[in-house]
Amino acid sequence: MSGNGEWPLWEVFVQPPGGAPFEHAGSVHAVDAESALQNARDVYARRGEAVNIWVVPTVAITASTPEDQGPFFEPGNDKPYRHPQFYTSPRGVRV
Amino acid sequence: MEALRTYCVRLADDRLVLGHRLSEWCGHAPILEEDIALANIALDLIGQANLFYGLAGDPDQLAYLRDAIDYQNALIVELPKGDFAFTIIRQFLFSAAALYQMEALSRSTNADLGGIAAKATKETRYHVRHAGDWVLKLGDGTDESHRRAQDALNALWRYTGELFLMDAVDETLIAERVVPRLDPAPWRETVTDVIHRATLTVPDDGYMQRGGRQGRHTEALGHLLSEMQILQRSHPGAKW
Repeated sequence: MSGNGEWPLWEVFVQPPGGAPFEHAGSVHAVDAESALQNARDVYARRGEAVNIWVVPTVAITASTPEDQGPFFEPGNDKPYRHPQFYTSPRGVRV
Repeated sequence: MEALRTYCVRLADDRLVLGHRLSEWCGHAPILEEDIALANIALDLIGQANLFYGLAGDPDQLAYLRDAIDYQNALIVELPKGDFAFTIIRQFLFSAAALYQMEALSRSTNADLGGIAAKATKETRYHVRHAGDWVLKLGDGTDESHRRAQDALNALWRYTGELFLMDAVDETLIAERVVPRLDPAPWRETVTDVIHRATLTVPDDGYMQRGGRQGRHTEALGHLLSEMQILQRSHPGAKW
């Protein structure tokens, strides 16, 4: 158990049928990986939503913060040549 | 055909009654995730009951308009849900037996029966995994969880023999190769292995309770049915 008396939290990722990439589905509490997998199955994958499940301890995830918003995601806006739309298509190429 | 009908009703009665017992945990399980897990298993069992009843007659009539004396479930499934350890130990003992039965039944010469059993096999394999995991956690957990799990095992053991009893109904269908003869040996091996790994003790084989298949039930079934059937009994033919 963690300090607040609750079982550890796990993030659940499910792969939809058809081989699409894994998507974050939500989270579950569980005492170990096998229980986390079973709980994830019972909560998020009982109606054909998934063909695979990953569970990851929430504490193992390093996330960006709101302060990272500018430096991480916006620096490219003044550099239009980074986007394909900056370039015109040569003659003879159908678009 | 009467034997097959009775056989299907027995399978369905086991699953409907146990499904109802599990549904009593809805909103009361130790944690939210387990609440959902138990409800899922309950729904699986009630779904299986619906299919097996369908091979014997009208599922609604069979489920809601028969009295306790007409029910032919094994006694183990009707016992009150008890504490969480009791519910888990019962689920494990029952599901492990059901898994062998459904696996064998999926090879039945009766295609309907075999098809339903094949679907049930997949579901039951998960029930064994989920309940078995909890048996290990409870048995090999705290002093209190160990004590409760052992108490449950001691109380339930005498009800396990009935799961493997064969009477004239079974013998008729076994002779026709429609259903398998149930051998307790592989079941015993599975549950003994998990019980030992859970640091629990397998109770001695003493007197085994029986009677459910002939409609001789504990007091608990009548109370369960009165709750489960009240809507159809009070408003016959009521529909959503």
